Amino acid sequence: MSAARLSHRASRHIKERIIESILFLAALVSVGTTLGIVYILVKESIVFFGHVPLWDFLTDTQWTPLFDDAHFGIIVLLSGTLVSSGVALAVAIPLGTIIAIYLSEFASARAREFAKPVLELLSGVPTIIYGYFALLFLTPLLQKLIPGLPGFNLLSAGIVMGIMIVPYVASISEDAMRAVPMSLREGSYAMGATRLQTALKVVFPGALSGIAAAYILGISRAVGETMILAVAAGMQPNLTWNPTESAATITAFIVQVALGDLPHGSVGYQTIFAAGLTLMLLTLVFNVLGHVMRRRFREQY
Amino acid sequence: MSEPKPAIDTLPLKARASALDFYYGDFQALKKIDMPIYEKRVTALIGPSGCGKSTFLRCFNRMHDLYPGNRYVGEISLHPDNVNLLDKSVDPIEVRMRLSMVFQKPNPFPKTIFENVAYGLRVRGLNRRAVLEEKVEEALRAAALWNEVKDRLQDMAFNLSGGQQQRLCIARALATEPEILLFDEPTSALDPIATASIEELITELKQRVTILIVTHNMQQAARVSDFTAYMYIGELVEFGWTDDIFIKPKNPQTEAYITGRFG
Amino acid sequence: MARKDIGEIRGIIARAKRFDMIFGVVGVLALGLGLLTFVTLFVDMALDGYTRLTPDFFTEFPSRRAERAGILSAWVGTTLVMLVTACVAVPLGVAAGIYLEEYAPRNWVTDIIEINITNLAGVPSIIYGLLALGLFIYEFGLGQSILTAGLTLALLILPVVIVATREAIRSIPSHIREGAYALGATKWQVVQHHILPYSMGGIMTGVIIGMARAIGETAPIITIGALTFIAFLPPSPVTTAFPFVSFEWLNSPFTVMPIQIFNWTSRPDPNFHANAAAAGFILVLMTLAMNGLAIWLRYRIRRNIKW
Repeated sequence: MSAARLSHRASRHIKERIIESILFLAALVSVGTTLGIVYILVKESIVFFGHVPLWDFLTDTQWTPLFDDAHFGIIVLLSGTLVSSGVALAVAIPLGTIIAIYLSEFASARAREFAKPVLELLSGVPTIIYGYFALLFLTPLLQKLIPGLPGFNLLSAGIVMGIMIVPYVASISEDAMRAVPMSLREGSYAMGATRLQTALKVVFPGALSGIAAAYILGISRAVGETMILAVAAGMQPNLTWNPTESAATITAFIVQVALGDLPHGSVGYQTIFAAGLTLMLLTLVFNVLGHVMRRRFREQY
Repeated sequence: MSEPKPAIDTLPLKARASALDFYYGDFQALKKIDMPIYEKRVTALIGPSGCGKSTFLRCFNRMHDLYPGNRYVGEISLHPDNVNLLDKSVDPIEVRMRLSMVFQKPNPFPKTIFENVAYGLRVRGLNRRAVLEEKVEEALRAAALWNEVKDRLQDMAFNLSGGQQQRLCIARALATEPEILLFDEPTSALDPIATASIEELITELKQRVTILIVTHNMQQAARVSDFTAYMYIGELVEFGWTDDIFIKPKNPQTEAYITGRFG
Repeated sequence: MARKDIGEIRGIIARAKRFDMIFGVVGVLALGLGLLTFVTLFVDMALDGYTRLTPDFFTEFPSRRAERAGILSAWVGTTLVMLVTACVAVPLGVAAGIYLEEYAPRNWVTDIIEINITNLAGVPSIIYGLLALGLFIYEFGLGQSILTAGLTLALLILPVVIVATREAIRSIPSHIREGAYALGATKWQVVQHHILPYSMGGIMTGVIIGMARAIGETAPIITIGALTFIAFLPPSPVTTAFPFVSFEWLNSPFTVMPIQIFNWTSRPDPNFHANAAAAGFILVLMTLAMNGLAIWLRYRIRRNIKW
């Protein structure tokens, strides 16, 4: 081999390594993003907890960060988050599961081809639109059914949020059920079972960890949702477990503060990061749990 | 078998396939099958891959109905009431309640051992605990599995070994007292020891129930069955006593398969 | 043991089949409910907002008078922000996807990267807003600008683009790849000339879905501080003097469609609700079109590619 050929090979080699490095750096961006999120949330929260004792944060029953006599009880915001998520899941889990069972065990291939895009479209609607829908369509409707329902309430927001999550729950559950092998179903049918019996007694238990993953990831979605709640549930912090009241969630609070003036370095500014950290930890727990369940399910089949 | 064989037309008949054709869409997988199934005997279906033996077996309990595009022509009549199992007016679910099937790969449900065996009973509306326990024990004894699992009936069925799982599936199939027990290559996924125990079980079981077994293993057919049917490309080439088929087959095609000239 | 009477069995079967049929109906109803919600939403927006859907709506700035308020600054802002988002997310996401599928060794570094991507996909969008606020705006000094918004949304949809790229690349059968290597091509040449072109369809589908998501995002943009009453446009990217291109607009304050909708929805004055509905209708239409395009693309790819 001539020297020119060899050096050409060498320079090609260097070029390859450079390209690989560039691509590697691009992949590292995701790690950088996570690090950035952790950094900024922790940094500002540390400052926050310098002013506000952690114990107060966890146990105070008022949330009035912008008053002179400021209180920082995160449980107030948590109650809004949990109640609205609870309503959402009460809608999304039954509906999503029924749709998943139907699509997996009952529907023909053509019906499935039609239904999947419809579900995808439903999940693609921007959440601000859902917020509008909840505030200006559903709430007036509900007010006719529940007299005395305030214009801002967790129920309306929760229901719409639930509908938004249905495609998510349905598609992950359906994938889990479809992964259950046909031989199991045949064993059930051969015993004289009907489709529903097979679906409920054999396929559903067989797909359980995958379906659990779907539910858990749905919870995570509900907890992290912002706009539907900011628009339709109101932004008034309110420690309540009653969905017919208005309340602020962790996410809605962050929006409210962001809409106002945010002098950098003030306690008000740091509060949203402390709230954000709480939210992050909450969704992290659910996401990890959901991921673990999904992995367990994949290992089964 | 060395005992003198009874005359074939004096044997009680459990089922008979008559002029049976079967189509997967446009493809004809079974051609004019005429075959008797004698009561409380083991009938084996043998033949090279693709000859239609599993397809034929699955006609009996209408498994093909689960998938679109399939079509039966002809009859499989079940005695004593002489009903045509393949008739459109006959409910496949009812057929499957009268016949049971054991599959090639053991397929226990994601449930406890007890609930696996009780499954068919519950589907039939039997839910009383005392009745279930009695029937489950009986089925597990008949499947020669009772002693191994009686102390852990609440364990998940997945934890059993392959051979035990298959015996569990047999117990499950027996619990509903089927009129015919269908076996679709029941030992092809098992090791030789498990295979031997299942074969022994089959020869015992024929005292209780008529058995139709598909096997790709000729020696297995020779070991366990009373009657053998040799099939080739969707047709029934020859049917007769197992001894006759293996020692003096009438059809040269049968002989070619038996002696291993192809397959 | 006495076997169950055949009549009794038939009764049990009939009951079970009835439940079967009922569930079939319930399933269709559940699906129908989803569809109905979507249709109701769509029609409601159209009915509430049709009075505002005039050409002027697109060319007017927001105003204190509801009948005169338009979405000019909003859709221009959306367009510019989406431009930045696409320019950042597509190269980064595709590059990361290529790295993970073609180059990455199976070691702990790769595992960490993959864990991060999966995790980021589940992080609430408002957290990205906090990231932008604390890091981009204050620590990096990028200000409350289109650049910040575009960057933030790009990070938000990055997992979508990466996953779509990986799946598109994974669906290329190995014999195509092996054929190229066997001819002496380098890894990058194989990627450039074979992998990328064949996976482009799947990648594009993912990008469109990501952009459809980004276009409707409100929370992170609010947190960054997009203003809700903007009566001016960012400086134009195209200038009349040399060098004919300006990047001033990147630093400009701005608003986007979802923010405008949020602002109008939140007003107690019901006249503005019509504006919100009209703008919302347009936004839903845009999102629908993009998602529909992606679905159609995916369908076409599945049908056309025959390996």
